[in-house]
Amino acid sequence: MRDDEYILYNTGENSFPGALDRREFLKLMGGGIVILFTVGDSLWLQRRRREYPEDFNAYLRIGEDGRVSCLSGKIEMGQGIHTSLAQMLAEELDVALDAVDMIMGDTAVCVWDAGTFGSRSTKYFGPPLRKAAAEARAILIQLASEHLKTPSGGLGTKNGTVFVKKNPRKSVPYAELTKGKKITRHLEAKPPIKHHSKHTISGKATDRMDARAKVTGEAKFTADIRVPGMLHAKILRPPAHGAKLVDVDTSALEKMSGVQVVQDDGLVAVLHEHPDVAEKALGMIKATFEEPEYQVDNQTIFEHLKASAPEGRIVTEAGNLEEGKGLAAQEFEAEYHNHYVAHAPTETHTALAKIEGQNATVWASTQAPFRAQAEIARVLGFPEENVRIITPFVGCGFGGKNQGYQIVEAARIAQLCGKPVQVAWSRKEEFFYDTFRPAAVIRIHSGLDGSNRIVFWDYHNYFAGSRSSQPFYTIPHHRVLEKGGWYGGGTASAHPFGVGAWRGPGSNTNVFAIESQIDIMAEAAGMDPLAFRIKNLTDERMKRVLNAAAKQFGHSFDKAPSGKGYGVACTDYLGTYLATMAEVSVNRKTGEVRVGRVVCAQDTGEVINPEGVRMQIEGCITMGLGYCFTEEIHFKGGKILDTNFDTYLIPRFSWRPKIETVLVDNPEMPPQGCGEPAITAMGAVVANAVYDATGARLFVLPMTPSRIQSALL
Amino acid sequence: MQRSFSFRLNGKSVELRTSPDRMLLWVLRSDLGQTGTKHSCGEGLCGACTVLVDNEPVLSCQYPVKNADGKEILTIEGLAKNGNLHPLQTSFMTHNALQCGFCTPGMILAAFSLLQNNPHPTEKEIAVALEGNLCRCGSYNRIIAAIQDAARMMKGEDS
Repeated sequence: MRDDEYILYNTGENSFPGALDRREFLKLMGGGIVILFTVGDSLWLQRRRREYPEDFNAYLRIGEDGRVSCLSGKIEMGQGIHTSLAQMLAEELDVALDAVDMIMGDTAVCVWDAGTFGSRSTKYFGPPLRKAAAEARAILIQLASEHLKTPSGGLGTKNGTVFVKKNPRKSVPYAELTKGKKITRHLEAKPPIKHHSKHTISGKATDRMDARAKVTGEAKFTADIRVPGMLHAKILRPPAHGAKLVDVDTSALEKMSGVQVVQDDGLVAVLHEHPDVAEKALGMIKATFEEPEYQVDNQTIFEHLKASAPEGRIVTEAGNLEEGKGLAAQEFEAEYHNHYVAHAPTETHTALAKIEGQNATVWASTQAPFRAQAEIARVLGFPEENVRIITPFVGCGFGGKNQGYQIVEAARIAQLCGKPVQVAWSRKEEFFYDTFRPAAVIRIHSGLDGSNRIVFWDYHNYFAGSRSSQPFYTIPHHRVLEKGGWYGGGTASAHPFGVGAWRGPGSNTNVFAIESQIDIMAEAAGMDPLAFRIKNLTDERMKRVLNAAAKQFGHSFDKAPSGKGYGVACTDYLGTYLATMAEVSVNRKTGEVRVGRVVCAQDTGEVINPEGVRMQIEGCITMGLGYCFTEEIHFKGGKILDTNFDTYLIPRFSWRPKIETVLVDNPEMPPQGCGEPAITAMGAVVANAVYDATGARLFVLPMTPSRIQSALL
Repeated sequence: MQRSFSFRLNGKSVELRTSPDRMLLWVLRSDLGQTGTKHSCGEGLCGACTVLVDNEPVLSCQYPVKNADGKEILTIEGLAKNGNLHPLQTSFMTHNALQCGFCTPGMILAAFSLLQNNPHPTEKEIAVALEGNLCRCGSYNRIIAAIQDAARMMKGEDS
């Protein structure tokens, strides 16, 4: 999926009191393909034409002090590109890693970017960054050739200097050549980037460069930004999505000193210099809302989704299903369900907006600063270039911060009250306005021939999204249908609240269903699940990650259920291949599962920071246990019943499994993404391990104790 | 209904006048500009706002400022001494025991408190002590390794 499509589809229509009418709102937030084409000359179409620039100056600046700034429209939310992008730049430019300063997500100075999502930063921003640095280095050599009066061929670069190869003491620092100025010279023929075998910085395990700021409390997140005169806004919220404000009485606030109330077109906000005082004042407002009757809840959602789904779109197909069924000796039909899941970022959505005349500066916890810039420009009626979005460190995103309603709120309220305004959502607001990973249904009908080869595969996907749903097993007759995606689709009321991209969008649900179905067939084939997979694969890369994981796992699989509690799952996430194996034990009385050990072997192409990749795999495995066991949004229509971590349980220390990561060497392949892939196999690998331990097959995520107890009966 | 309060924050005397029932978290962050202490759940369910009051860990989002009157408060900003990082801080860095870093101040202070009471905790003792501190990025294993390593470093300093 291209960036523009990703943005386009990454939408959810939340109830957003009085912000804008639906049409305006959808235009702003990119509400879907219909709106896109009716808007005509919209910002979306302008954005679609945007690409990474050719001019290398857009990516880097060499300061007079010799420090190098790397300018990237990407943002750092924990995934570690603050370090790995610096490694890529330092490698190609030949400067010390600690001479690189990362400047990220600032629309005034950074390279335009669609947003930080989809495990795309290294894969798609990395190559132009490398090219820019390589060209800058070549030009620095040219400049040095004039300076040192030595032909370019006799010059080398190292550690921020150009030196004469025959006389290395004769050298000139980059900073002396550029004197802090932009380099106006460019090369017609762009120099090649280094071969990985020459790397001394890229490809080496490197500690996080943002760690010192983060362990001392110096790292600034959006809520930590202070500007003179700023106020904190707390906003009146409806009890449910779809509820309408009927009456509001703010008279109780009239006598509170320092409290200001802003009302505009359904938006009611309370302002104070301290956020907790504003919150307390908000609680004194009397408001009446009219709530719609609810149609669906988390018990009935799956039937509702099947009934609400649009016509299927073929994602991929081959052969002829009827012919495939004719070849089958055994057929298998199963339906898999996955519930709504919250992003639950540690830092809630936050923004601080400062408006001076026709200029706005907005600090925001966002994964998409340039998108926010366009939105704010429209909301305020300013030219886009008059809006600057600055992205401090972001405390988790996982796709949830592709959406930036809080940014619009802060800007609107700042415009209304004439002072800088911070909006920092409470945890309850975070759960309410989250764009959840959609609940979804997968139906699979598949078959094996007499020699235990998969001969047909009929895949119906309701609302999960198509990513990772394309078969990588060798199946002569297959069809994959997508009926609604993770962005929504179908009838307008399919989802009673916003949905959107959640770390590995689509894939978590697809891999759970696909790899569970594979295990069901393996058992029917009388084979162990690893041998069955290898037998039905011709993709050598996938076999390689499976074998690498098996070697590290060290235990042999038997036909399930073996009682051992071993599970396996593998997948291809946008070009990153991985195989995960897990050991679990199940308490049959309580239905509780303990995941003791997880091994993940991943082939992500050329690796920039092995330590960073391992951290992402470990984080994916740990976070993934949440949607395996507990994470499920409880709701009645548009009313979100989970408001905090007391009912919405996320993984904690006591859950932690032993984790072993294997980086499968594949340096000739360009770097692939690694922020998301390893989370997508977690549902399947744990479900398969639970089956191997108990013989109970779970067709629903999360596998709560009661669902496991029911499956054991 | 405002009252005057005085306490020591990271070794320095602080006096301020405010409403006694306001939570320490907001007084630290908003009134005093000490933003290293984080708000995440606001209901005492995640540990991100952990600070030490008279050496005991408290969830500052649930701790009224009146309870801090006359006491000694330690936040993440006060852990390094004269620019020298505490062993827990260096150990979190060398173990890469953080990703987004938003839970990190609370984690480090909870660990600091644990090591004061139990200088050589086992893996399990660390997990139990920090069970209330949530890390959405999933750095738990690295945090445990970092704390154990810091404990070893601190032992070396003592001897």
